[in-house]
Amino acid sequence: MKYTEEHEWLDDVDGIVTVGITAHAAEQLGDIVFVELPEVGTEVTKDDEIVVIESVKAASDILAPIDGEIVEINEAIVEEPGKVNDDPEGEAWFFRIKPSEPEQMDDYMDENEYKDFIG
Amino acid sequence: MGDLKRTPLFDLHVERGGKMVPFAGWEMPVQYPLGVMKEHLHTRAAAGLFDVSHMGQVILRCDPAALETLVPVDVVGLAEGRQRYGVFTNAAGGIMDDLMLANRGDHLFLVVNAAMADQDIAHLRAHLGDAVEVITDRALLALQGPKAEAALARIAPDVAGMRFMDLAVIPSDYGALWVSRSGYTGEDGYEISVGEAQATALAEALLTMEEVEPIGLGARDSLRLEAGLCLYGSDIDTTTTPIEAGLGWAIQKVRRTDRTDFPGAATILDQIENGAPRKRVGLLPEGRAPMRAGTQLFASPDAGDPIGSVTSGAFGPSIERPMSMGYVPTSSAAPGTTLFGDVRGKRLPVTVAPLPFRPATFKR
Repeated sequence: MKYTEEHEWLDDVDGIVTVGITAHAAEQLGDIVFVELPEVGTEVTKDDEIVVIESVKAASDILAPIDGEIVEINEAIVEEPGKVNDDPEGEAWFFRIKPSEPEQMDDYMDENEYKDFIG
Repeated sequence: MGDLKRTPLFDLHVERGGKMVPFAGWEMPVQYPLGVMKEHLHTRAAAGLFDVSHMGQVILRCDPAALETLVPVDVVGLAEGRQRYGVFTNAAGGIMDDLMLANRGDHLFLVVNAAMADQDIAHLRAHLGDAVEVITDRALLALQGPKAEAALARIAPDVAGMRFMDLAVIPSDYGALWVSRSGYTGEDGYEISVGEAQATALAEALLTMEEVEPIGLGARDSLRLEAGLCLYGSDIDTTTTPIEAGLGWAIQKVRRTDRTDFPGAATILDQIENGAPRKRVGLLPEGRAPMRAGTQLFASPDAGDPIGSVTSGAFGPSIERPMSMGYVPTSSAAPGTTLFGDVRGKRLPVTVAPLPFRPATFKR
């Protein structure tokens, strides 16, 4: 598992990377009431704004952590945005991406580094 | 947060895990561990305790007619022990602040917004001089929700007999409480002014009751928006008149026909007679995306210029959908009118809707 400074987690299983937000991020955002996901098939570039999350407090963007193609999205969190607060690092993943530059993953933190990062 | 003021309940907020944020010059809890959504729903289902001590409490020892020179409200006709909502207006008919005012027999009691308190007090002093006494040694709590009466009556049994907008001074173990049956959530409930030395003990006594939870500013905002109530500085300000804002009900008949000498009367009375060019309306986005304050509103998906904008927008936990308020031309203000809000570059449909989004449950 890898972590970004934008509080995303990346789980690489057999070359497909599942992306979500960390429990820390979900707690900071507060109750999430709206999620907009990219369409399957979208080619994204690292740092593209591809997801919008709205909490009771404000809107925030989630950036594409790596280059690649969106191969699956989690419609369940669009239907029930509150799932992101309930299980951000499990059931409430956001999208799956097939990386075109897999080595971009190497730049991200491991779990211990992320724990240090959030203090 | 060095220069921020703290209310007498500051330590209680921190002990209960309140997330403290700057608000109108004060350090206030935006939410507690329960979170905005559950705090909102708890208030509607049981009772929520809010610290509103940052609001300005003012006593006026003057002829009620003197205050009528600053507000287009019937102060003279307000019975002893009764409270009323009002606005300060300026010469152009704009709203300088909104407030609650009560007749306490030999004086008037006012509650004004925290962010506007200094300006309001200066305005009052400029016109009413020594009649103005600012209360600085009392906290203000709001207890709101269907179980507020049962909770507060354990401490002060007489509150059960009060009607909406009654105000009374009630002795208690926490000193004399200045209680009004009012609030700003659309729920039945009370606002309680209590001496600062007793405020924490009173709040703790209420919070030990099973039905009472502490509620932060986040839920206060979604509660008032569901109730269709204006937030000063967002939904109303000096650029909006009471008529545009849909607050004409706060201008009693006698101030329209007889005692019409108030700031901005020419504009306001003309708008009562002939209508205002624009109106504050409720807006229900058709999708799930909230339309926040500042969202531009268009008459069609490809219209060039906006016709209005959103002044408050959030997710409504009780109505389970996003909701907004904003100003649109009167010709586009009929409920059912479809408009389009620009959300992140997309024109999303939004329907003009009656306010409140959720009916109030006051005890009349």
